[in-house]
Amino acid sequence: MISVLGQGVAGLCAATVLAERGLPVEVIAPAAEPLPASSLAGGMLAPFCEGDGAPQVVVARGQGAADWWGSRVPGVVRRGTLVVAAPRDAPELDRLARATTGHGWADPAALEPALQGRFARGLFYRAEAHLDPRVALDALRGRLLASGVAFRDGPPRGRIVDCRGMGAAPDLPDLRAVRGEMLELLAPEVRLSRSLRLLHPRFACYIVPRGAGRYMIGATMVESARLGGVTARAVVELLSAAYSVHPGFAEAELLATGAGLRPAFPDNTPAIRRCGDRLHLNGLYRHGFLMAPALAGDLADILTRDPAHAD
Amino acid sequence: MFYGFTPASRLMLGTAGYPSPALLRDAIAASGAGIITLSLRREGGEGAGFRDLLRASGCRLLPNTAGCHSAAEAITTARMARELLGTGWIKLEVIGHADSLQPDPFALLEAARVLCAEGFEVFPYMTEDLILGERLVEAGCRVLMPWGAPIGSGQGLRHAEALRAMRAHFPDVPLVIDAGIGAPSQAMRAMEMGFDAVLLNTAVARALDPVGMARAFGQAVEAGRLAHEAGLMPPRDMAVPSTPVLGMARLG
Repeated sequence: MISVLGQGVAGLCAATVLAERGLPVEVIAPAAEPLPASSLAGGMLAPFCEGDGAPQVVVARGQGAADWWGSRVPGVVRRGTLVVAAPRDAPELDRLARATTGHGWADPAALEPALQGRFARGLFYRAEAHLDPRVALDALRGRLLASGVAFRDGPPRGRIVDCRGMGAAPDLPDLRAVRGEMLELLAPEVRLSRSLRLLHPRFACYIVPRGAGRYMIGATMVESARLGGVTARAVVELLSAAYSVHPGFAEAELLATGAGLRPAFPDNTPAIRRCGDRLHLNGLYRHGFLMAPALAGDLADILTRDPAHAD
Repeated sequence: MFYGFTPASRLMLGTAGYPSPALLRDAIAASGAGIITLSLRREGGEGAGFRDLLRASGCRLLPNTAGCHSAAEAITTARMARELLGTGWIKLEVIGHADSLQPDPFALLEAARVLCAEGFEVFPYMTEDLILGERLVEAGCRVLMPWGAPIGSGQGLRHAEALRAMRAHFPDVPLVIDAGIGAPSQAMRAMEMGFDAVLLNTAVARALDPVGMARAFGQAVEAGRLAHEAGLMPPRDMAVPSTPVLGMARLG
């Protein structure tokens, strides 16, 4: 038996892949557990965009994520990522073009008619996708339950696969929190069909359509472990950025705000760590939906190769 | 050089906006910087994870008040920095304009007076105004940090002649060019002009290869200082032949 701790994107992906490989799995899910950080994620599956800053392993291995999710959960939208910048920030676009691959120059209004007359040029990452994290996590949980995997509270019965994010910080001394803040808006008059990134030297943001006029606007990156509500500053900055993409966002209804702590290792790269008998899958940082499937595969490889872990 | 502390290198590095703390650590090492700055305004007391990584670099930490828009905010942030980091050093930054990030000289002076009186060792981020510099020195600042250009702009030394005048006006006050440096050549120019050090962040943090760029800046700062100490030749209006022109051969 393998006991997966945590039911965020890491835990659910790990349990899914282990179960698919025919290993006996349970998910330890304490009733009073706070919502996982991944439920607040943007849900962008953007391996090429992330190449600005993320190491090559994220670009290479993240490319399988859209297929992985698309074949398991509903709502994976494969319409690419459009990146734009205000005219005075045009050098940021050139910089991103140099820093990343998998893109081409595009007329933003040709891709998104709602942006008519707003941006002279944009970078288009055709192969990228996005999903709605809560829909995707619920669907994975549903699949696991349907396949007979138990979700329960109480002590783990098998080998431990620890996917608790910041909950595992006491065991992982170099794990730190990177706070992120996001907004959810209802803006029916804004019609965008794909995820969009606005480059700005200070107030960068991404906008992910969630269907029916809803949009997720994210996300701040603050080197802090402070929990608690979204700051006024984050709201002001994110809304200003969204407004500069489309003025229709000024009329939006603010549906929800969220703040969470991304678990990150010093190189900001997700990893599997071994601590005695326990395997940790952690440090997903801002790459949870992008990297969890690949790491879950690695984890299953380790556990099937080494039967001592799976008995 | 700086309140009794002489760093191994005349390059100071900011720590914001790197792809990861691991790359930041490697960039600091490659640059040779002995002093690194860190911001606290937004991170607050709960930013310990990142601060511990900075401490591990072995560099002297210079906390800043980046993001503060009033003297009161900056003073509060400085006190928090002293409490969290156990240092009286503070890079005092009071922003006057949210868009240009130009320092507010009036609030800066006000905050510097309060903090110097409380025993802080203040590194004020300022425009190159001479009178402001005098007032800051009068308030107790033993270092001045004039801007090269607006923060993050990469424009280099936008008012080079004014900076030259400032260097001449404050021969005995350590002067650090802070902000606006985009290329190693610009940092080198500041050092050739006789500035004591250069502080930069974005040019390294946002380079495609931050570690390589950090190394380039480290070498540029060192070369610029060597050139200054060696004595640069003054520019002239006309060519000065290095061989005598008399008796030149007549060809054809």
